[in-house]
Amino acid sequence: MSLGTEQEALSNAWQNWFRFSRNPTAVIGAIIVITGVMLAILAPYITPYPDHVGAVVDFRNRHQPPSADHWFGTDNVGRDIFTRVIFGLRISLLLAVVVLSIAIPVGVILGLLAGYFGGWVEVVIMRITDIALAIPPLVMALAVAAVLSPSLVNSMLAISLLWWTWHTRLIYSITRQLRTQEFVEAAETLGASKAHILFREILPNCVSAIAVKTSLDAGFVILIGAALSFLGLGIQPPTPDLGTMVAQGASFLPDYWWQSVLPGSAILILALGFNLLGDGLRDLFDVEDVR
Amino acid sequence: MTAPPVLELRDLRKVFPVKGSFGRVTGEVRAVDGVSLTIPQGQVYGLAGESGSGKSTIARMIMGLAEPTSGDILLDGVSILGRQASLAHRQRVQMVFQNPGASLNPRRTVGQSIRVPLDAHGASGDRRRRVGDLLDMVQLPRHFADRYPHELSGGQKQRVAIARALAVEPRLLVLDEPTSALDVSVQARVIELLESLVADLGLTYLFISHDLSLMRNFAQTVGVLYLGKIVETGPVAQVFRAPQHDYTRLLLASVPVISAEEEAMRPVIPLINGEIPTAEDLLALREQANLKEAKT
Repeated sequence: MSLGTEQEALSNAWQNWFRFSRNPTAVIGAIIVITGVMLAILAPYITPYPDHVGAVVDFRNRHQPPSADHWFGTDNVGRDIFTRVIFGLRISLLLAVVVLSIAIPVGVILGLLAGYFGGWVEVVIMRITDIALAIPPLVMALAVAAVLSPSLVNSMLAISLLWWTWHTRLIYSITRQLRTQEFVEAAETLGASKAHILFREILPNCVSAIAVKTSLDAGFVILIGAALSFLGLGIQPPTPDLGTMVAQGASFLPDYWWQSVLPGSAILILALGFNLLGDGLRDLFDVEDVR
Repeated sequence: MTAPPVLELRDLRKVFPVKGSFGRVTGEVRAVDGVSLTIPQGQVYGLAGESGSGKSTIARMIMGLAEPTSGDILLDGVSILGRQASLAHRQRVQMVFQNPGASLNPRRTVGQSIRVPLDAHGASGDRRRRVGDLLDMVQLPRHFADRYPHELSGGQKQRVAIARALAVEPRLLVLDEPTSALDVSVQARVIELLESLVADLGLTYLFISHDLSLMRNFAQTVGVLYLGKIVETGPVAQVFRAPQHDYTRLLLASVPVISAEEEAMRPVIPLINGEIPTAEDLLALREQANLKEAKT
């Protein structure tokens, strides 16, 4: 409200930014992530051949190596790979956003409940979490694809079904520590409701850990999504997808290496960016619990 | 008919089981072992005792954070057992915790913290203004409402905690070592504030501390707690002038004194290896005392 507090808040934010900017890996991670997101959003306006996203066939230009016209070369039906990689980022990022926006709220709420209430609530939630943790997401995705059909929505569903467990474990362990803190007991003696204690007292103290975890997670989700589409379980052609492009290009290795190596590098760099950013945030917030 | 005391404890006990391997109960710790006391309206009752004597357990039971094993707690003559969690109970008795750094949520502003009880109890009127009034009451500037705890000093944080406890206009304030985490110079000012509040607001205090010197000018009645039992109780002047129990003398011996006259009155205590006995030493002492009792 007063000028003094505003300035202090400002200097606080400035300090954080200063600490962040001195951490080179975090800055590189942030630049990669921001660039990736911007490219994905602006894909139709910045790519040289936006119509190559669909089922375009141009056999005269097939298997062209990287050049000024086609930066990443062309694929087996003559489509511009650079264009398709940029559009492919959209699918990868969409997968990460959808999976995490399902997994985080579910995981956080279950973790808060198990950690705060303890007793049978904890036993039920944490044992289910342990069971879910034991199933590899890739196997789950294979099962879901087999029962339903291979599609983007189904692979999102399959990964989401398991991904909340990591957040449950994380928030559970933080909540256990916070539950006996005096400020939580103080809120209890003041007559605050359980909902208030969980979401207003404990949750704000988990936010930095969630931010770090989310950033690290995004990289893993993108890798798993790429693995699924490499196996043909992700989004179906002709929609451009990085994992699918690696798989299709693999049959033309090593002569037309750019068809699989360059989309593969895009996956690698994007996942790396999220991981570097997560590591940087972890140093910045000084949270230790996060894997 | 006289009004019932604000707080009455009747033979209050709390036993914690000691668990060995595989959760077998191998023993018990009698943290609070038959404590009875009454605090009339407007009084400051000083409960003295070292760490491990059960002071905080008593506070936690009064606040409903722990369940007594047996005995009764009466507020204004009405038993609160089984109702500790009710809003009506919370409205009558509030607590100021020992460490203001831990009792305020680091992620919430001072104003948000003070609003918690107002929102929980559905306070009428302009709650924002009420937060300001409460800050006035504890002599803090109103714009502190927008600050975070880490921007405040220890004394300022404890004032915020006091303001928060007073928000619902309780009858009884439990002060659990409210100044032990503060610098000595700040301690005095917080005690001054508490003294002025008890008079202005018609409050009643249960003041818990290991530091008898703080109670000398502040409390009217003192109870000395030793291994879960009140070993000595009485008006503050009497307890200070003529302590009856060895343990009281021990506590008084650790109170710094100024005048030569007071120094002469200072009781001589056989310390264990030149130090005040630890909780383990005290347990051994109790064993001896029990043996003596059994013999006589």
